[in-house]
Amino acid sequence: MHVERSVLTTIGAMLVLMTALPWFVGQVSEDVFFEWPFFLEVAIGGLLSGVMYSLVALGFVLIFKASGVFNFAQGAMVLFAALSFVGLKDLGVPLWLCFILTAGIMTLVAMTIERLVLRPLVNQEPIILFMVTIGIAYVLDGLGQMIWGSEVRMLDIGLPQDPSFFFDGKILINQFDMFAALIAGALVAALVIFFQYTKTGRALRAVADDHQAAMSVGIPLQHIWVVVWTVAGLVALVAGIMWGGKLGVQFSLALIALKALPVLILGGFTSIPGAIIGGLIVGAGEKVSEVFLGPLVGGGIEDWFAYMLALVFLVFRPQGLFGEKIIERV
Amino acid sequence: MTDKPSPLLTVENIEVIYNHVILVLKGVSLQVPEGGITALLGGNGAGKTTTLKAISNLLRAERGDVTKGAIHYQGQRVDSMSPADLVKKGVVQVMEGRHCFEHLTVEENLLTGAYTRKAGRRAINDDLERVYNYFPRLRERRKSQAGYTSGGEQQMVAMGRAMMARPKMILLDEPSMGLAPQLVEEIFEIVKTLNEKEGVSFLLAEQNTNVALKYAKYGYILENGRIVMDGDAKELSENSDVREFYLGVSDKGRKSFRDVKHYRRRKRWLA
Ligand SMILES: Nc1ncnc2c1ncn2[C@@H]1O[C@H](COP(=O)(O)OP(=O)(O)O)[C@@H](O)[C@H]1O
Ligand SMILES: [Mg+2]
Repeated sequence: MHVERSVLTTIGAMLVLMTALPWFVGQVSEDVFFEWPFFLEVAIGGLLSGVMYSLVALGFVLIFKASGVFNFAQGAMVLFAALSFVGLKDLGVPLWLCFILTAGIMTLVAMTIERLVLRPLVNQEPIILFMVTIGIAYVLDGLGQMIWGSEVRMLDIGLPQDPSFFFDGKILINQFDMFAALIAGALVAALVIFFQYTKTGRALRAVADDHQAAMSVGIPLQHIWVVVWTVAGLVALVAGIMWGGKLGVQFSLALIALKALPVLILGGFTSIPGAIIGGLIVGAGEKVSEVFLGPLVGGGIEDWFAYMLALVFLVFRPQGLFGEKIIERV
Repeated sequence: MTDKPSPLLTVENIEVIYNHVILVLKGVSLQVPEGGITALLGGNGAGKTTTLKAISNLLRAERGDVTKGAIHYQGQRVDSMSPADLVKKGVVQVMEGRHCFEHLTVEENLLTGAYTRKAGRRAINDDLERVYNYFPRLRERRKSQAGYTSGGEQQMVAMGRAMMARPKMILLDEPSMGLAPQLVEEIFEIVKTLNEKEGVSFLLAEQNTNVALKYAKYGYILENGRIVMDGDAKELSENSDVREFYLGVSDKGRKSFRDVKHYRRRKRWLA
């Protein structure tokens, strides 16, 4: 991949700042405890939870790239998938079958959205499509809770919950988070292979680049939209299982989508690597600043850190880290 | 025209309206014979692109509609067929301004052209080889991102991509646009080869009347959404009005404004 120098500089500057500031505060303030192993532990924990943000942001990027739709319903899809999954599981269905069935449900959702919403509204203004996705979000929220009920459900997918110790017990890391990150990594790898090396994946990238040209070679857009909404549904399913396993399946899952927005502003709306790196930076950044800078201001940084960072980006680098490069020929 | 083979494509008196209000084509009729190169000539905004998109049905994505007339391909009505189905039937458009997939490599671009085909990997690879033989430059650049190749190379990518669909007919929109004269010749020589060796019929929209009439067998001249003149390419390039207004040469020096008005009147009569 071709990466601009300024991207690397920006990421580097953020990393240095996020390390140096806590260290400095630790030196001058009585309230803040700073030690390198502890810092690493916090940063790694943050990175691992950032993986979840990456997954949700990834769903957004896929749909935005292929159909130009800003999908407000991505969070609702996470909730809907998690509700269906945990609902089936509570009926006594084995985990692997739950996964397959829920994947099937998400495919149906994608097909329905394409047929009832995208196809009739083709060529409409982006703002109209955006508003329609707000409608989809409400329908999915309502439907999910109508079918599966609205109480908080615990989801145990059999991943260990205890911490692991590294470096003679100096660093402890939640095993669940590690497994979740591994699974997310595997999902991303599978997606990369799909996009890079299959005929459909290539067609998806073609549509994302130039949908008119894609039509001119006979790629049917409707079909591609179904595929891309299905893939986004699967990503939502994995994110839903992971978040649900950690926090329980509840309405607040849909609100995770709100964290994906700053991640997207950071990474750039059209970039898959951007979504991943953006998620990691936000995850690590908010944890580190909560622990090491929080005591100075009385805590609560975690809640607004992502939005603050996004604001800085909007001012100084509105296209995000990896925003669409317009290729200019020489 | 009677001694010519039966036409592959017939456009009969079509009218096209954009956004339900803007009437752009006001009754265009033309025929493309099997195995020929037919030119559709006319200045900027005459309606060439609109005509091609009406045939390939890419028009609907631009909120354009064929509101009158009919389009037949191989004797079958095709005006309500999807672009994908038309590609499967062998009609592919190469759009004005190339429209390569910028972030895909040259080879990936070519492969997308075979999207509608069911052929196995082997057959597709053979066709890739064939395209590379027609466009040797693309072989050298197969791994480059298309967005970073030159204008001429992008035109070749767009044409090679269309060839990967194994078309019977290519709707080629302004291939000469923005290219140096030498490259224009190169591109048109390839069009000629594809036409002769692969038997692909071409409907060629061009502002570059000179080159287009050199390679085409037959030509139509479009002005303001109407065909104002048509004839064998040779006849057209010898016609004094065409020479003056489209080829930029005059038989008897500069004409006066009155003569221009005279031509306008005659043109109206022709239409
Ligand atoms: N999508 C569109 N919506 C409205 N008007 C259009 C559209 N595309 C083309 N036109 C108009 O139709 C006319 C013919 O355009 P076009 O077919 O592109 O001509 P040409 O290819 O001969 O230059 C022009 O006046 C142009 O402004
Ligand atoms: Mg044009």
